[in-house]
Amino acid sequence: MSTAAEERSARAPWVLTAPALMLFVGVLLIPLAMTVMLSFHDWGQYKGIEPVFILKNWREIATDPYYAEMFGRTFRIAILTTLLTAVLGAPEAYILNRMSGRWKSFFLLIILGPLLISVVARTLGWALLFGGNNGLVNKLLMSFGLIRSPIPFMFTETGMVVALAHVMMPFMVLSVWAALQRLDPQIENAALSLGARPMTIVRRIIMPQIMPGVLSGAIIVFSLSASAFATPAIIGGRRLKVAATLAYDEFLNTLDWPLGAAVATLLLAALVLIVVGSNALIERRYAEVFR
Amino acid sequence: MAYLELDRVAKQFGAQTVVDDFSLAVGKGEFISFLGPSGCGKTTTLQMIAGFLDPTRGVIRLEGKDLTAIHPARRGLGIVFQSYALFPHMTAAENVAFGLEMRKVARAERSERVRAALAMVGLAGYEDRHPRRMSGGQQQRVALARALVIKPSVLLLDEPLSNLDAKLREEMQIELRQIQRTIDTTTILVTHDQNEAMSLSDRIVVMSQGRIEQIATPQETYERPASAFVSQFLGKTNDFAATIDRTSAPARLVAGSWSAPAPAGLSGPVTVSIRPERIGFADAGLTAKIVTRIFQGNHWLFQCESECGPAIVIRQNDGQSQPVEGEAVRLAWRPEDMSVRGASA
Ligand SMILES: Nc1ncnc2c1ncn2[C@@H]1O[C@H](COP(=O)(O)OP(=O)(O)OP(=O)(O)O)[C@@H](O)[C@H]1O
Ligand SMILES: [Mg+2]
Repeated sequence: MSTAAEERSARAPWVLTAPALMLFVGVLLIPLAMTVMLSFHDWGQYKGIEPVFILKNWREIATDPYYAEMFGRTFRIAILTTLLTAVLGAPEAYILNRMSGRWKSFFLLIILGPLLISVVARTLGWALLFGGNNGLVNKLLMSFGLIRSPIPFMFTETGMVVALAHVMMPFMVLSVWAALQRLDPQIENAALSLGARPMTIVRRIIMPQIMPGVLSGAIIVFSLSASAFATPAIIGGRRLKVAATLAYDEFLNTLDWPLGAAVATLLLAALVLIVVGSNALIERRYAEVFR
Repeated sequence: MAYLELDRVAKQFGAQTVVDDFSLAVGKGEFISFLGPSGCGKTTTLQMIAGFLDPTRGVIRLEGKDLTAIHPARRGLGIVFQSYALFPHMTAAENVAFGLEMRKVARAERSERVRAALAMVGLAGYEDRHPRRMSGGQQQRVALARALVIKPSVLLLDEPLSNLDAKLREEMQIELRQIQRTIDTTTILVTHDQNEAMSLSDRIVVMSQGRIEQIATPQETYERPASAFVSQFLGKTNDFAATIDRTSAPARLVAGSWSAPAPAGLSGPVTVSIRPERIGFADAGLTAKIVTRIFQGNHWLFQCESECGPAIVIRQNDGQSQPVEGEAVRLAWRPEDMSVRGASA
């Protein structure tokens, strides 16, 4: 009726979100834009940063196989970590969901544990567990005859994947957990009454319904692993770099900020593409389950 | 011999006894309702028959064989859940086909039976819909088709209509009864809706706090309730305190100023209960005053204050003039329309 009131109500969301929006623009969008701009600047050992527009950094990343290897390793680690958390986390969430009250909260706490422990303590704990010839895990595996020589942990991709999977597990478990909560509590009984065996029920009834949860958990784990810094830094150090530690080194050790900015920008762009793309795929594929 | 038999079945959760001493013999093709208030153990009993819960005591037999020894997946019962529990990632046809797949029915026969089952519940043409895109009533039909397509020996329905609105519920009741008659499946329906139980079943099992109060035909449970609980639970009723007067000969049953020849074998204080539609306004009888008069289309509902306490009277709207609010009336009924219980009942 009255256009003034309509106008006011149309403006209201903007006014209400303005403070948060300003913070968002101030601490995220502006620095991000500056980083992107920085990646086109020039840098020299003695002249420092020169605010010109050149493609030097991008050309270097595109042509030097060193960077291809770096990004290859980053995404390989992220993919393996995602697979590991999915393979272990989905059954874990399912079992957890079937437990009775007290045990459920106890094990939930254990799963959330890694998030509560400092990354240094957690990663070094894993290093101790493997720890060359004398590490518990290596000794055990060797005494069972499963491996002949100890699995190296420090400065290896295996180490990074194991340590990352540990800390990423809660995201996968909670995401699958949320999907399990949406299940009809009688759905397994329904399948049972129709003559389905337990394995069939899991495969035909449970899995398809929690798949969206697994996939959204996978997106979280993948993007967090690909951009993880602390764990790869402790395990890989200078010897085994990933994109995040490389960018860090360019910024703080070489002081080649423009190159570091280019690496960071590329990592961000790749992640955004992968996440948005797979999210769209998932939503299309599971439209029926989500509706 | 009974087709499905529950013999002194009991279920305990920890120290709490939820179902106790439950004995019932169901004939083949019979439609039985478990009727009772929330939490009285209806679902628990049904789940014991289905095999999702093990009875603490007692035996359940199907055609003489001990059912409790058979894995729930092999019992071959059809179950419709209150929430329907349809598989949301499968289409209606896939949902219905699932049970046949598990039975390794060949593809051609399978699709034919799925089509027939969906047609029977009036869902022809909805084969490729997913449950989330169907209305509550349609989902309910899919659930019914899914349970029926495996030709179950017994059909178990756990409040299948309680999520539907009143009109749809009535339609589905009629449809359910018709389907059950055509395929002649032994059926157990759990409900807390007395109208549903009465309009659908051959016999009603009225339950209260895990125990059977009465097993009888709908008419009998309504007209000859075995306990105060049953008469209260199945529709409105009037309970009046009365006495048996043995000083006069022959003895008389006296409730206020109303009296009748006393039934044999009773003495002392008793309770008489009469359905509101069986009470009429007369020249002699219980003195009462009309408190409120409510018009309900095809009948009038009177709330009266009588000498024996509050009373409800229902009169057909047959065009005759009815007493007005505040009017003094006398309430009377035929002795055969009341049921008399000892005072303790
Ligand atoms: N797994 C369980 N553990 C403990 N108590 C239970 C369990 N399942 C049911 N009960 C209890 O058993 C009683 C009967 O439950 P049941 O589900 O059979 O009731 P109902 O008659 O189906 O009620 P409603 O009409 O509300 O569905 C309730 O008091 C309930 O709290
Ligand atoms: Mg119930």
